[in-house]
Order: sequence, then structure tokens, then C-alpha cells
Amino acid sequence: MSTAEPSRYDEMLAPDGSVRAAYRDYEQWLERQDPAVLRRKGGEAESFFRRTGITFNVYGEADAEERLIPFDMVPRIITGQEWRRLSRGIEQRVRALNAFIHDLYHRQEIIRSGRLPVRLLRENSAWLPQMVGFTPPGGVYTHIVGIDLVRTGPDQFMVLEDNARTPSGVSYMLENRETMMSMFPELFTQVKVRPVSGYPRSLAASLAACAPDGAGPKPTIAVLTPGIFNSAYFEHAFLADQMGAELVEGSDLRVFDGRVQMRTTDGFRPIDVLYRRVDDEYLDPLTFNPASVLGVPGIMDVYRAGRITIANAPGTGVADDKAIYSFMPEIVKFYTGENPILPNVKTWRCADADSLKYVLENLSELVVKEVHGSGGYGMLIGPTSSKKEIEAFRAKLVARPENYIAQPTLALSTCPIFTAKGLAPRHVDLRPFVLVSPEGVDITPGGLTRVAMKKGSLVVNSSQGGGTKDSWVLDD
Amino acid sequence: MTDGYTCGAMEKPMLGRVAGGIFWMYRYLERAENTARLLAAGHRMTLTRGEDEASQEWRSILTTLGQLADYDRHNDAYSGAQVCDFVLRSRNNPQSVLWMFERARANARACRSAITREVWEAINEGWMTLRDLLARPVRVTNLDAVLAAIRRESTLARGATHGSMLRNETYSFARAGTFLERADNTARILDVKYYLLLPSIAYVGTVLDTGQWDNVLRSVSAERAYSWLNAGRMDARSIAEFLILDERFPRSLMFCHLAMRENLAALARFHRREGLPHEALARADAMLSNKRVDDIFEQGLHQFILEFIGCNAAIGNAISEEYRFVS
Repeated sequence: MSTAEPSRYDEMLAPDGSVRAAYRDYEQWLERQDPAVLRRKGGEAESFFRRTGITFNVYGEADAEERLIPFDMVPRIITGQEWRRLSRGIEQRVRALNAFIHDLYHRQEIIRSGRLPVRLLRENSAWLPQMVGFTPPGGVYTHIVGIDLVRTGPDQFMVLEDNARTPSGVSYMLENRETMMSMFPELFTQVKVRPVSGYPRSLAASLAACAPDGAGPKPTIAVLTPGIFNSAYFEHAFLADQMGAELVEGSDLRVFDGRVQMRTTDGFRPIDVLYRRVDDEYLDPLTFNPASVLGVPGIMDVYRAGRITIANAPGTGVADDKAIYSFMPEIVKFYTGENPILPNVKTWRCADADSLKYVLENLSELVVKEVHGSGGYGMLIGPTSSKKEIEAFRAKLVARPENYIAQPTLALSTCPIFTAKGLAPRHVDLRPFVLVSPEGVDITPGGLTRVAMKKGSLVVNSSQGGGTKDSWVLDD
Repeated sequence: MTDGYTCGAMEKPMLGRVAGGIFWMYRYLERAENTARLLAAGHRMTLTRGEDEASQEWRSILTTLGQLADYDRHNDAYSGAQVCDFVLRSRNNPQSVLWMFERARANARACRSAITREVWEAINEGWMTLRDLLARPVRVTNLDAVLAAIRRESTLARGATHGSMLRNETYSFARAGTFLERADNTARILDVKYYLLLPSIAYVGTVLDTGQWDNVLRSVSAERAYSWLNAGRMDARSIAEFLILDERFPRSLMFCHLAMRENLAALARFHRREGLPHEALARADAMLSNKRVDDIFEQGLHQFILEFIGCNAAIGNAISEEYRFVS
């Protein structure tokens, strides 16, 4: 067993030092830039973000300061050809996810056929019995999906995670592009990049297309936020603003006359589509957590009566579970009849005795994640952890093996970032954003590239110090 | 002829919570700005007067701001440095200028989708600037620059509002908040100063200590305008007339009242009905319209101002209730 860093794929430079096709035009531009000017631009970007208020709050930080996610000026570039294949794979996966969730809450064919153990549903805390037998308006569960992709080679993109519940980060995708265009306008005249700015309008159109029957030609859309102290508040406000939708809090809403209504200066007005950024658990104190003040008492009754669309549908989180993830190749095959275009990362389910044994023997080589975890919390990265940390984790793993899955420590691809000493490679992932409506699947070209700012680090989560990049799909 | 709303106006009334957030955001900005004017006048006074008088002046500023009790709890003298620190940035002061800007910005964030990017950036940058300027105690040599910055940041936010916001309901709430607060502030300044400077009605009409009166005018940035209109004549009657009834001066009670009337009328057009605030406005109207300054002195200036402040507050409460700021 080797402890050396596995050989990695750099997206800009080939091993012989030549520039890969995707970055050729960019590199030509870069060569002509004055490094001092670029460094100054980096500072400008930061003050731009501060001024526009693109900040996030970190959970667990006592001072609740608003922080900036570090932004790196080197774009992450994907060729049109690479993107075409990626988007086919993403669309396939998202269609399968939607069919899968529908099946779970209806006939459960996949369980009957023996391809998915029923245990995974019983143990799934995101499973909502209230959704059984109910079909959301338009048959859509996953209105907005973020598929986390990692790359390990020229044509090797893999899905690391499906975010079918409430994927965040799309505001950074949009603002990163705006920032790049304002900092380097001439760059965009030299390299043809597919635009992302249509996202808010597509989102509004996609949500409107999922409105319940009887909503009329111009449904009322609202974004439900937990409020200004939520870590993603900026994004909630940003999306509402860009869509021309209302930004509402639980206290603005009330159920009466069989509708969910918002308190306006002119009395209460019904809402047709609620893009909620509040977890299922807090959505309706009458149905779920009775202590919640973030939700709307009675909204689930209105929902089940078909008088409001909730995006994403309650109970969609069943598919975000990492134990379910390990079955995604079968799930894709089962619902689409095709082989998955995008493979999964190899995953050991610690609930299986054999897998657990392997995982325990190889902890220092593996990444171990909580089945229901997200945001990079509660995970072990074997190769970068101390003996003590590994042993502490081993105890947790042995106590509740079904709560964990393990994956190999991937040689994530790298992309250069600007540092004080010039360009330096850092690991990246990619989260494309996908919209689903009865009218089809819409994928914005690119997505959010997250980058580990520390040398050698594999953790790209913003809550753990990761940064972001503008992500380009070339119009070639 | 109305200059605002088109026929589709009632299609999208704003959220009550957001209307309240906007209304208060502009009240905080206005109050922060007026506080800076008041401190600037006080500062100038201490440069031209003796120590006792200066101390009196600082105390009267705290009274005007309604912060005297809080101040006394933490301080035992009225020095300029101490008062300025307290009013501008003290964590012991729940109404400091810094706090007001923080609140204005928090409201702007909570109502982000109701304001334009330009307004948001003006308020956010204003807050960042003042947060930095007020991170440490303000030195006397720096006081004027800091007070100018407060006025400037508030002015920028108001300018961005004027230049970039749709003339819809949101704008009317923003303006209503601005003028309600401004009228209140001018009334308080008048009350405290006049009360202090005119111990008895016998003083009305006599030629007064011009330094003190100059200070009253400076507290509302009216010194140049007043001199230009009155050729240097300083008497209680004409100053009161100017600050209460002159509809040309943008901080007079009358000017604020007319602006209030205009914005409440716009809200009535939008909502296709009048309501509680319009009733409350009618009472303020009866106090100001067709009034001569002599009538006011006859009634007693202090009495008049107390009544006006009450009327003004009632308009604010009526707006909050009529437009469902809280559930």
C-alpha cells in the first residue's frame, strides 16, 4: 500500500507540460497579462463580493459573521464535446431519480423486483409516509437538482453525489460569471463561452410549468426562506429577485380557504408555487416538527389537495441518502432501461459485513461518509487523518455500521488557481444545476466548480474552506 | 394628475413584512443622518462657547435624541468626546448611529428583493464604511469627517432610491418612512432648543443671542437657507415660522407633511381606498394648514410641538396597522 498521492489528472496541463485543448485560448490570453495587474484584480473581486453582499453564514460560528467564499480567477473549462456527453448522462440520471422517487411513494416496483432492499426505505429518515400514494403536480419531485461530479481522467467523469433535496450554490454560478465578465471583458470576446445568465428565467418558467391545475397562465411563485440568518440567505434573496418572485418567510404565510396565502399590504394573496429552501422537517408544524416556526401550519393539507406546488417535493430527500446512492447504477438501469452514461464512484456499504470488514482494514486509504450527512460534515478522509482520528472514527463505524458508506480516496482532477507564487494546481469538483418540469429537463451549461484552496486538500465544501471558480462550457 | 401607478397596480401588492422593513429602513437612515447634523451643530457650538455652555449643549442633544437616560447610566459628565462616542458607536447605546446603520442594512437584506441592486449596494457600502470609521473612538480632529461620511452615506442611499426604484408601493413606504422620521426629528430639535432658549413667552420677538439661534438652524442644516430668505434677521418668531411652516425648506414640518400627504395619496391610489393613516394625516393637516405662526405661539409652542409629535407617531402606527406590517 502506498501513501503517496495518487497520480492526478490536471485539466489544464498534460503531463508533458502542453496545454490541453479546452484551455488553449485562455492560456494564450493569460500569457499576455501582466501578473501584477492580475494580482490587483484578485483584490477587486473580493471587494466586489463584499459590496454586493455575496456572503454566507457558517453554522456553529459564534459571531455569526458573514463570510465570503474564496473566489479564484482561473476559469474551469470544459469543451462543448465533453459537455454534450455529460449533459446526456445528467439528464438520464435525473429522469431516473424522478421515476425512482415516484415509484418509492407508489408501487415500489424496484423493491418488489428485489433490486433494492426494503431496509433502505425503512431506515431512511427522509422517507415521508405522508407522500405515499400522492403524485405532485406535473408528476415532478425533483424540480431543481444538483449533480456533483468529479473527474479522474480525460473521459472519466463520475457522479459523487446527487442533491435532489435542496441543492445550493447556483447564485455563485451566476455571480462568478458576472464577476469574471466585469473583470476581464476582453477575455470573453476572445473565448466563446456558453452563457449561464438564463438560469433564473428558466427556473421561473420551469416552476410555473409545474403549477397546480387552475393556477392560471401567470402562477404566483414565492421562495420560502428560513430568514436572514440562514447560511444560504443571500441565494434565496438573489433567486427571488432574479425571478421576480416573492421572498417569503414562514411568518408571512397562512393557510385558509384551502390555499397557502401570503400577507400583503392589501390582505392575503394565494401562492401557486412555493420554491422552499426550508427542510421537510420544518415545513409544516402540524405534520412534522411541531416546534418549527419556519414553516406554514397546514401546508401539507393544501399540498395533498393539489392546490399548491412545493419544490422540491417533500420526501424527495430519500434519494439523497448515500446508501441509496450506491444503488444508483441499478436504479438508472431499472427506470431507463439503459446503462448509466455517468458511472458512480465505487462505494462500500458498511451495512454489508464483507464491506465493513474491508473498510475497517483499509480506513487510512478510504473516505468514509455518513449515509445522511452533507456539507462535508461528519466524514473521515483516511489519507489526511491522524491515527487518533482514524481510531475515533473506527469506534463510531463499528457502533453503527449501517450509518456509513466508504469510497476510495479519488485522484480528483486539478485545475490551476492563482496564488502569490503564480498558478498552482488544486482539486476541483463540479455541480451542474438541472431543472425538471413536465416540459423537459433543462441543464445550464457549466455549473458551480468548487475548489479546495489548500494544497493537496480534497475537501471542496465551502463550509470547510473551499472556494469557487467560474465554470465555462466552450461554445465550440 | 397622478404621476405613478398604472391601472394594473393592484396586481402585486407587496408583503406586509417587507413594507414594514422598507419603512423602518428609511426611518433609520434618516435618523442617522439627522443625528449627524445635530452632533455637527453641537461640535461647532463647543468650539465657539465656554465649557459650561458646551456641556449644556451636549446634554440637550442627548435629550433631543431621547438618549439622556441611557447615557447617564454609563457616564457622569457631558464632554463632547464622551457624548459623541456614545451617540455614534457605543455598545451601551441601543440607538447609536452605527446600530441604526446596522439595522437599516439588516432590513435591506431582509427586503433585498424589494429594492434595487443600486440601493442595496449603497446601503451595504455605507454600512461597511461607517463600520470601519466607527471601529475605534472618533478623535475630535476626525469628527467632522466622520459626521460628513454619515450624511453622505445616507444621502447616497436616498439618491439611489430616487434614481433607481420603481414608483410603486415600495417607493411610497420608503418615502413615508423618510418624512415621518424627518418631521419627528425637526420637531424634537425645535422643542428642546426653544424650550431651553425661551424660558418665557416674553422673549418671543426680542432680538436674541444670535449664536444660540444660529445653532438651532445648523442642527437642521438651515442656516444658509434661512439667512438667504431673511437677510440675517434672527428672532424666535421667524425661525419658528421657517422651521414649521415654510414649505420650501425640505426639513420643515410643513414640507414633510406635504410629502407625507403625497405618498399616502399614492398608497391610496394603489390600494384604491384610504384608511387609518389618511385619517391620522387629516389631524396633522388641521394643525398645519392655513396656520400662521402667531396662532402657534398663542397656543404655546411647546404644546403645539407635543401635539404634532403625537399626531406624527399616530400616522406611523396607522400605516403599520393598515398595511399589515406585522401579523
